Amino acid sequence: MSVLVFIETENNTLKRNAAEVASYGVALATLLNTSCKAIVFHATNPETLGQFGIKEVTLVSDAPTHFDAHAYAEIVAEHAQKNEFSQVVVSSSADAKYLAPILAVKLQAAYVPNVVNLPQSTTPLSYKRAAFTNKAFAYSEVLAANSVIGVSNNSFGVVEKNERCAVVPSSSASPSTKLEQLSIEKVTGIATIADADVVVSGGRGLKGPENWHLVEALADVLGAATACSKPVSDMGWRSHDEHVGQTGKPVSTNLYIAIGISGAIQHLAGVNSSKVKVVINNDPEAPFFKAADYGVVGDAFEVVPKLTQKLKEFKA
Amino acid sequence: MNILVCISHVPDTTSKINFTESDTKFDTTGVQFIINPNDEFGLTRAIWFKEKIGAQVHVIHVGTSAADPTLRKCLAIGADKAYRIDAPATDGSAVANELAAFAKDHAYDLIIAGRESIDYNGAMVPGMLSALLDMPFVPNCVGLTIDNGMATAEREIDGGREQLKAHLPIVIGAQKGLVEESDLRIPNMRGIMQARQKPFEVVPSQGAEAKTKDVSFEKPAPKAAVKLIPADDIDQLIELLHKEAKVI
Ligand SMILES: Cc1cc2nc3c(=O)[nH]c(=O)nc-3n(C[C@H](O)[C@H](O)[C@H](O)COP(=O)(O)OP(=O)(O)OC[C@H]3O[C@@H](n4cnc5c(N)ncnc54)[C@H](O)[C@@H]3O)c2cc1C
Ligand SMILES: Nc1ncnc2c1ncn2[C@@H]1O[C@H](COP(=O)(O)O)[C@@H](O)[C@H]1O
Repeated sequence: MSVLVFIETENNTLKRNAAEVASYGVALATLLNTSCKAIVFHATNPETLGQFGIKEVTLVSDAPTHFDAHAYAEIVAEHAQKNEFSQVVVSSSADAKYLAPILAVKLQAAYVPNVVNLPQSTTPLSYKRAAFTNKAFAYSEVLAANSVIGVSNNSFGVVEKNERCAVVPSSSASPSTKLEQLSIEKVTGIATIADADVVVSGGRGLKGPENWHLVEALADVLGAATACSKPVSDMGWRSHDEHVGQTGKPVSTNLYIAIGISGAIQHLAGVNSSKVKVVINNDPEAPFFKAADYGVVGDAFEVVPKLTQKLKEFKA
Repeated sequence: MNILVCISHVPDTTSKINFTESDTKFDTTGVQFIINPNDEFGLTRAIWFKEKIGAQVHVIHVGTSAADPTLRKCLAIGADKAYRIDAPATDGSAVANELAAFAKDHAYDLIIAGRESIDYNGAMVPGMLSALLDMPFVPNCVGLTIDNGMATAEREIDGGREQLKAHLPIVIGAQKGLVEESDLRIPNMRGIMQARQKPFEVVPSQGAEAKTKDVSFEKPAPKAAVKLIPADDIDQLIELLHKEAKVI
């Protein structure tokens, strides 16, 4: 019944979400009275997982260097089967959501996505997970012997442990790839919606793309990613991949700041699992205020520059 | 080219979600069901292929007759044939296994599912289906062209896009961006009339077993009232975010 954590990397270093999935895996193993190990591809700093209680990590370095879900799933599945890991823990990133269903089939495992907590019961294993685009939670019972658990971002948190972590190099043959990567375009140096701790999002209330410097300046002081409501990307003010909500990207950050967004049910569904929501809107009746923790009723064109300036002073 | 589009039938995006029978069942009272928006993007692309390069477009759903009107709508907007596998959609694994058993008996060049369903939100079915059929899979698909048996697809990734190439057959997970929203179709009278003549087949279940069971549901705890901060006292907002919420 031991636990294996799949750790993701970005430019060969562990991704930020490694801390949370490792913490979750270690806590799950404690609950199940078993051990927890990790597996990572092409990382230069795998031993840092000791910080979150991982005592052994398998380092795979003979696989495709870019993330290839089919090849990676094959290697992880083989490793899990050989070493009798019955529970595999992954994150909820786009890559993890790509890998997990393929991995589950290879392991003949149940896949429980969007898990927000440790199991409510261990016999049978039962997990609380987000469903209906965060409008509800489901309690899912696992009917199979093996399972793949997808941990929802920023749901469990990070537990520092400071163990020593041994790195074991693996030697599996690299599987053939099914998909040829032609090219990849990726912004570098700025926070992405999936990884950021803070997301600053703008809606139609900002009137036009020429005003987005307000959003960008605020995001800049906070080290935040920028996002937008659906009509904003539909009108081409911002690119499609910034659109968040039920039909866009999910946002599950610590702090979500919504500027000039009304708070339609489809928008809220996708951002509600963020911990703290701040809403800036000049209409006190805007539905978003009902879902917000903090609100400022005011003109974005006055409030946002002031907030940016004050935050600069605060950070200085 | 033969295309199969997997259709899930979900509550309309504006639906309030409620449960009955001591929170063990989704309450469908007053809920309008629609084609899952991600599947609609996929279906629209399939119909585009049909019109531009020639293709047979089949739609399929695993579930009860409750989804029949949704499948008829797919026929009315241009699909050629509908199948419904007569099995309760118990979990993503059971659905993927039913679909895989069906697809193995039919030669599809392209299988389109949605990125995820907006109800159970697993993002499970398309990836599992690809693994069961041993086909390449492109999730979060925002671009797809086909030329001479080769597919060139674009996948949205965190912070960007990746271009991929593979031999058919493949499975994709469709989402917004695959087609323009203005290309989505509303069934017209002619389409609705034609749909009545189109084949609609109910296929018996293979009895695929579920690997998970949703035993109960819960709604998020009601939110405490918002704290309003006067627009001329931004210092207070920063103080609250720092000291109370501890997020900055
Ligand atoms: C099938 C479907 C799926 C959808 N999916 C999504 C989704 O995933 N994500 C999404 O976002 N939407 C989605 N929508 C659209 C959604 O219903 C709303 O239309 C959309 O979220 C509204 O965007 P908005 O808040 O930017 O614009 P509006 O509703 O126009 O709101 C603008 C807001 O700005 C405020 N404002 C105006 N001027 C100022 C100012 N000077 N200062 C401060 N505030 C100001 C106004 O008071 C208003 O509240 C979907 C809709 C459908 C039908
Ligand atoms: N019961 C079903 N019948 C047919 N296709 C389905 C069904 N459930 C899910 N799918 C397909 O799988 C996609 C992802 O669904 P899910 O795995 O539930 O998030 C959907 O967008 C559909 O294309």
